[in-house]
Amino acid sequence: MLKVRIIPCLLFSGRTIVKSVRFKDWRMVGDPTTCARVFNERNADELLFLDIVASRENKKPNFKVIEDIAKECFMPLTIGGGIRTIDDADKLFEIGADKIIINTAVVKNPLLITKIARKYGSQAVVASIDAKKVGSSCKVYISSGTEETKFSPVELAKRAQELGAGEILLTSIDRDGTMQGYDLELIRSVSEAVSIPVVAAGGCGKLQDFVDAVKMGRADAVCGASIFFFVGESIITAKNYMDQQGIPVRVL
Amino acid sequence: MIVVIDYDMGNIRSVEKALAKIGAEFKVSNQKKDLEKATHIIIPGVGSFDKGMRNFEKLGLTEMLKKEVLEKKKPLLGICLGMQLLFKTSEEGVGVNGLGFIDGNIKHFKFEHNQQLKIPHTGWNDVFGEDILLMPLFKNIGPYSNFYFVHSYHAVLNEKVNCGYTNYGYNYVSVVQKENIYGVQFHPEKSQKKGLEILRNFAALPGAN
Repeated sequence: MLKVRIIPCLLFSGRTIVKSVRFKDWRMVGDPTTCARVFNERNADELLFLDIVASRENKKPNFKVIEDIAKECFMPLTIGGGIRTIDDADKLFEIGADKIIINTAVVKNPLLITKIARKYGSQAVVASIDAKKVGSSCKVYISSGTEETKFSPVELAKRAQELGAGEILLTSIDRDGTMQGYDLELIRSVSEAVSIPVVAAGGCGKLQDFVDAVKMGRADAVCGASIFFFVGESIITAKNYMDQQGIPVRVL
Repeated sequence: MIVVIDYDMGNIRSVEKALAKIGAEFKVSNQKKDLEKATHIIIPGVGSFDKGMRNFEKLGLTEMLKKEVLEKKKPLLGICLGMQLLFKTSEEGVGVNGLGFIDGNIKHFKFEHNQQLKIPHTGWNDVFGEDILLMPLFKNIGPYSNFYFVHSYHAVLNEKVNCGYTNYGYNYVSVVQKENIYGVQFHPEKSQKKGLEILRNFAALPGAN
């Protein structure tokens, strides 16, 4: 049986791994390769590495750091931040990425999704959608949450699926780093609108949040950062808890 | 020395890193002289069956590989697409022959109408079956261990060989062994400790020269 994945997320600030609150107030949490090594040892199901400055500073992905991380990862490695061309993607796959995350380009250069999907398969392209409440509606933001778009998360997720994305990484900017739990309504609305897997992100602070994201939000995978860095929960305690709650996970 | 065949079908780097991690002696090559010297051979691979076989033909490795594996009995491990190439034909590339080391064909996942399963089968899934308990490749690895899969096609066998199974919609053959020939549909190089254990077990098989 296919397992629900628990995915730690590393946010790279250009120098170190940080954790944000609502996409701001970065707190340093450590060195990239050490973080990758630790999560590999603790049996994360996948590792997500997002460069949160590349896009807004108009930089390329930091290939050197990513290659160092790839050396520590004997699990699927998903890379995002600053990917604008098929050449960037080629280079990342070559140094060991298994999936590529597209965020700003979903809106600004949507055909990039199609190009990568044609060359490497849909499962290798993840469309990342950052959502924020604006009044009574919800809008997608790009460039690490700095630029508002006209799209609702559901609209953009459907569009990304049509373009060839194989997965949606859905982050609530309002919940990011708050540890108040995922935005279940948001996750469920997107999960029900697309047929590709949805990864829930933003707000996880306790183990029950993972369970709720799957059972109530219908997420196929859960992403967390603060819960692992600041709460002291580990991938193993998370898996054991989810297993007890009847969610199929890779228990070791 | 293990030779990892570089036939331009991606993913070589991950296999390289994993072999380096377990301290295996290996070389990535598509040269006949290296295959001749090899004690073990790995066919990695991500991509399509027809392109994979065409690349093998272009490099002139098909006949050579048959000799090294079928006559000299060198242990061979096919990973993902590399496993699929061990069979005779595939629905992904009709008219192109595989290596044909094992009698069987590669078919696309085909589900009942009411099953809404996504293709490719991507993620962590487990491997089970009585045969794997005795397979040297699965030494120290219990049944129902999880490995990382990404594939849209799977093997259907026409002969009785040792098999391991995975369930995705139905049970299909995800591990195969016929004498010195091994195939795994999952990616051991992406399956953490248990994956590395598979590679370690393969490296520990008595080599042939």
